[in-house]
Amino acid sequence: MSRAVRFAPLALLLVLLAGLIWRLATPADTNVSSKLKDQPVPVFILGAALPTKPALSSSDLATGRPRLVNIFASWCVPCITEVKVLQQLKARGVTIDGIAVRDRSEDVADFLARNGDPYERIGSDPQSQVQISLGSSGVPESFVVDGRGVIRYQHIGPIEANEVPMILRTLEKAK
Amino acid sequence: MTSARTALVALALTFAAPALADSNLPPAYWSDRQLPDPKQEAEAQALMAELRCLVCQGQSISDSNAELAGDMRDLVRRRIAAGQKPTEIRAWLVQRYGSWISYKPTAEPAAWPLWLAPLVLILVGGFLIRRRIRLGTRA
Repeated sequence: MSRAVRFAPLALLLVLLAGLIWRLATPADTNVSSKLKDQPVPVFILGAALPTKPALSSSDLATGRPRLVNIFASWCVPCITEVKVLQQLKARGVTIDGIAVRDRSEDVADFLARNGDPYERIGSDPQSQVQISLGSSGVPESFVVDGRGVIRYQHIGPIEANEVPMILRTLEKAK
Repeated sequence: MTSARTALVALALTFAAPALADSNLPPAYWSDRQLPDPKQEAEAQALMAELRCLVCQGQSISDSNAELAGDMRDLVRRRIAAGQKPTEIRAWLVQRYGSWISYKPTAEPAAWPLWLAPLVLILVGGFLIRRRIRLGTRA
């Protein structure tokens, strides 16, 4: 057996090890992003999540100026911190609509009373059907929708305070 | 005392449900209920076994207890009951989540190695056997 062949298994092992170590060091991105980017928001009609606030439909999103659609839930822990960041965005003139996933009216009211209310409209999505039709896979998630109702950006996970300038830029670009 | 307390805390943690990971709403109507028409239910089950759960990645939505998986089973059953074909429902989901959502292998270029690997392995195997047999006859 030639020298090269004799050392082949060892070389193979080293290659395998290198691959495994590389994957451990840089874990794969397990986020599933929506394929609807740059496509119109699918048609949907949601009921109001609160008696005191207008409901949300896809036709409310093509208003000639960009909007931020935030998918949240009162039972979602990261959403609590995100709402405060959304308040900052609202203070900078951003219009934010909410989709409350699998939520009850009283729970949403309690959540907003406790953490603040940045939303102009909130639609209630009790069986995640609109969430699925948007290609979203969890809460919180946000979509930047331009004035023609086209999805321009999807943000998976909570918007952090340091991401406010990026979101503002994205909204500006969507004008 | 401290060890007893540690044991108690460990025991409590073992049985603690992850707080607030789930909503307060009951599961969707069709999430764990069979369709009255057995043929439709069979179609739905076959499709649900081939759709990947978005939350617990690696499970199909028929295997998963996640609420989103339940809502997706509800969606599949409702659409099948309304007369949609499983291929249409799969295509609708793939349009949203990409081919990631479906366990059924596709013919897109990224999957070519998957289809070619068995052929390549058989060729390599045949080559090795041929060499072996030749060596054997020479000896």
